[in-house]
Amino acid sequence: MSRRIVVVTAGLSQPSSTRLLADQIAAAVTTQVAARGESAAVEVIELRELATDLAATMASGGMPTAAVREARDQVSSADGLVAVTPVFTASYSGLFKMFFDALDPAALTGMPVIVAATAGTPRHSLVLDLALRPLFTYLRAVVVPTGVFAATGDFGTGAESEALSSRIGRAAGELAALAVSGSGSLGSSVPGSGDERRRTSGTRLDTDVTPFATLLRGHRG
Amino acid sequence: MQFGIFSVGDVTPDPVTGRTPTETERITNITRIALATEAAGLDVFATGEHHNPPFVPSSPTTLLGYVAARTRTLTLSTATTLITTNDPVKIAEDYAMLQHLSGGRVDLMMGRGNTGPVYPWFGKDIRKGIELAVENYHLLRRLWREPVVDWQGEFRTPLRGYTSTPAPLDGVPPFVWHGSIRSPEIAEQAAFYADGFFHNHIFWNTEHTAEMVGLYRRRFEHYGHGSADQAVVGLGGQVFMAGTEKEAVRRFRPYFDNAPVYGHGPSLEDFTRMTPLTVGTPEQVIERTLGFAGYAGAYQRQMFLIDHAGLPIDVVLEQIELLGREVVPTLRAEFERIRPSHVPSDPPTHASMLAQGPSAPFHLVQPALAYAANAEPSVAVPA
Repeated sequence: MSRRIVVVTAGLSQPSSTRLLADQIAAAVTTQVAARGESAAVEVIELRELATDLAATMASGGMPTAAVREARDQVSSADGLVAVTPVFTASYSGLFKMFFDALDPAALTGMPVIVAATAGTPRHSLVLDLALRPLFTYLRAVVVPTGVFAATGDFGTGAESEALSSRIGRAAGELAALAVSGSGSLGSSVPGSGDERRRTSGTRLDTDVTPFATLLRGHRG
Repeated sequence: MQFGIFSVGDVTPDPVTGRTPTETERITNITRIALATEAAGLDVFATGEHHNPPFVPSSPTTLLGYVAARTRTLTLSTATTLITTNDPVKIAEDYAMLQHLSGGRVDLMMGRGNTGPVYPWFGKDIRKGIELAVENYHLLRRLWREPVVDWQGEFRTPLRGYTSTPAPLDGVPPFVWHGSIRSPEIAEQAAFYADGFFHNHIFWNTEHTAEMVGLYRRRFEHYGHGSADQAVVGLGGQVFMAGTEKEAVRRFRPYFDNAPVYGHGPSLEDFTRMTPLTVGTPEQVIERTLGFAGYAGAYQRQMFLIDHAGLPIDVVLEQIELLGREVVPTLRAEFERIRPSHVPSDPPTHASMLAQGPSAPFHLVQPALAYAANAEPSVAVPA
């Protein structure tokens, strides 16, 4: 079975170290899914290409442009998500946040997620646990225990670089295990929670209507 | 088919001149727009209801009562009446009063409002928006249909032996629409009671409008009121016209670019593609508007938003005149040409409802057959 892994990357420069990290994680996830006897198809969403669409969506009361709508469907129907942002002013970038703001609140329910970030200095590393994790927890995603933080120095050779590779491998293994178990597919709720809130991209009307007799709660006349 | 103008009632600076009308000017201009709507041969004027600046129409029946006194044929409506935060008892009284004064030229559209704080301002909880819309409207139906009402609900102080006064004109309650952009529960509500469903249409992409209207139509049929294509549908529209498309775009662009809801966001061209907005010649407006029936089905009421974003009053009046002279006559003829014979042309009016007599289903608080019989239509009943 093929699992769809969507990579959301918020790097702005070309080439981008954020994209570089995203590609390394994606490759590791592909390897780890293969190690579990399945294949992974990776789709990359470069948020830079959605920048004006996201702004237009925000400034028109949330009406998604065609490109935003497509990205929403793409993300919610994935089996796993890799979310990578550069650190700007002590947190994820505004563009990164704007994308997740444009999703339905139930868009990532039960979704296995790797959080990752790049920065010029290792002193920003807590951004993963203080900014990205709470964001995805709010969205009821399942964030894997290992986050991937890469400062510029980690892209060199030596001990730092090896440590980065090993973190990437560990995170990829954790995501692959969840993605292959199929615990986080579209329409699913948080596994074993008894919670009925299902994942939805929100781009289509939920036609599963509550019958009016239920809404009326016994009023007669 | 009915055509009309609906106004949000915003007081917005004219982005070209920088001038902001006073509240008095805006209110006077809204009444001029309503009178011009009738003069241009259109059928309906509807006002919004808001309780916060920069909007002025906090008191719709005062405004509509004034308009009623100065018009003869115009149907007076709302877009929307806040069924969530108004007391349904007061809605029952206010609009019945307006019915008597206007000779039955009243219908109204229920909505939930566009600003969060309006709930706490009126002592309500926004998280109960749908529940409020359901319970309050059910009480409103009873007040207009039962001579004496005993009531106990979650949101309002109980009523015992209450008679709403005046009673609806000729014992015929005003026809009601339910407006919602995104809530399936409201489409369900409209379908359950065989009320009309109105989709604002202009602030969301057209595929979504088609889904909402489709849901309402299916549920209308489910509740046994007729076939899905006979359900009563109204749509919003937004146009700006000139002799050429280029001229229309040139004149409208500064207003579009600075409009309160979508200004500084999508380009005029993108917004035109995604929503029903049409900026061009009257012929382009005709073609685009006829296309609405392609995804919403043959429908009964088309409302146009003309007077927002700070457009000056003389331009608004010119646009209404253009609609009446060059657009609506053709739309009337063409919509009737494509309408199946079993689909009603107009929404119910006071005259048409009165003519149906005292046993017509709309006199029931709950006219839904599927509900009354406590059975789904799919369940076979032996003949």
